[in-house]
Amino acid sequence: MANETHGTDAAGDAVVLHGQVVEHPTELQHVEAGMPQLDFTTYANQIFWLIVALAAIYWILSKIALPRIAMILAERRGTISNDIAAAEELKSQAQEAEAAYQKALADAKAESARIVAEAKAEIKAELDAAIARADEEIAAKTAESEKAIAAIRASASESVEAVAKDTAAALVAAFGQAPDQAAIDAAVDTRVKG
Amino acid sequence: MADEAQSEGPGLVFHPMDQFQVVPLFGDGEVHWYTITNVTMWMAITVACIAALMVLGAKGRAVIPGRAQSLAELSYGFVYKMIEDVTGKDGLKYFPYVMVLFLFILFSNFLGLLPAAFTTTSHIAVTGMLALAVFIGVSVLGFVKNGPSFLGLFWVTSAPLAIRPVLAVIEVISYFVRPVSHSIRLAGNMTAGHAVIKVFAGFAQLVAISPLAVLGVTMMYGLEVLVAFIQAYVFTILTCVYLKDALHPHH
Repeated sequence: MANETHGTDAAGDAVVLHGQVVEHPTELQHVEAGMPQLDFTTYANQIFWLIVALAAIYWILSKIALPRIAMILAERRGTISNDIAAAEELKSQAQEAEAAYQKALADAKAESARIVAEAKAEIKAELDAAIARADEEIAAKTAESEKAIAAIRASASESVEAVAKDTAAALVAAFGQAPDQAAIDAAVDTRVKG
Repeated sequence: MADEAQSEGPGLVFHPMDQFQVVPLFGDGEVHWYTITNVTMWMAITVACIAALMVLGAKGRAVIPGRAQSLAELSYGFVYKMIEDVTGKDGLKYFPYVMVLFLFILFSNFLGLLPAAFTTTSHIAVTGMLALAVFIGVSVLGFVKNGPSFLGLFWVTSAPLAIRPVLAVIEVISYFVRPVSHSIRLAGNMTAGHAVIKVFAGFAQLVAISPLAVLGVTMMYGLEVLVAFIQAYVFTILTCVYLKDALHPHH
């Protein structure tokens, strides 16, 4: 402001420059009140440049900055929701896979149980058949042996009869009598059966 | 200059208000409306910084933002959410204007905190223009959107009928005081803080109390950083409140 004062002083009276400058009313105001904010001569300048600055900022923001940032934010929101959707999909896929795995596992278990039961039944049937066959064979062999034994026994008793009859006949002959074959046979038979 | 020579007499020299002087950058002429002054320069720096943050910062358009882009997105989201919360969805149409106000005030306040800087928002001419622009814009918008029923803003229907005229007078007065308080709050905060810092700095000329003065400057500076943001926030949120009154004048 001193510059301005210098200017006016120079225009009015060239002599008054140093000593009396303080006497000047505007200079007094500057030194005492000292509020450049209240110096109305600068208002037009400030307001003009303020309007220029605001217009420039408005132009920069509305033409470039704000649409760009809005786009970035929208893009990010889109990316995030896409990612979340993808994650959901992957999760459901994983769940599906797990369900398929569990099902396969259950199927395999059922299959193996079925195979085991089948094998058991087969083995059991075979075993039963073998046992039956063995029983049959054993029974056959037993019958055969019994027959043989019976035959042996029959032949043995026959031999006993013959020996007894011969012995009886010999005894009778030894006692000096003529052996009656028919009477001896009948006597031996009754003795043997008795 | 002449006044400095005068006050540099005995003892301390304080020039707490010199930092607010509007001076031409080139030459020593008068300050005309078109003169390129320190106001021009600092407003240009403000515009450049805003462009750097909002345009260059978001240049990469990265899905995962870097530091500058985070800041740009943060300020965008901050103002966007403020309008959405305070004014409502229909206020989002005016988002660019509110964003201009917020960024201009925020950057002017912060740039003014640089040593040897000029604080454009410390001048009532600047803040008054901003407040008047908001006031006129909101008033015109209120009448355009609501017609004469915008005057219902002053007729408090929730109050008993008898005291409504009294309230109407109070409401009208408070409505017209809005731009005054709106502008003086900002300019006053900026001016006072910077002047106090300068006064503390002036005391640093005395060796005995200079440590205290430096401590004072440091503390004031920290406070001023806070104030710089808060005042930008307050100015913006009040703009949103006024905008809400214009869009929904019935309480």
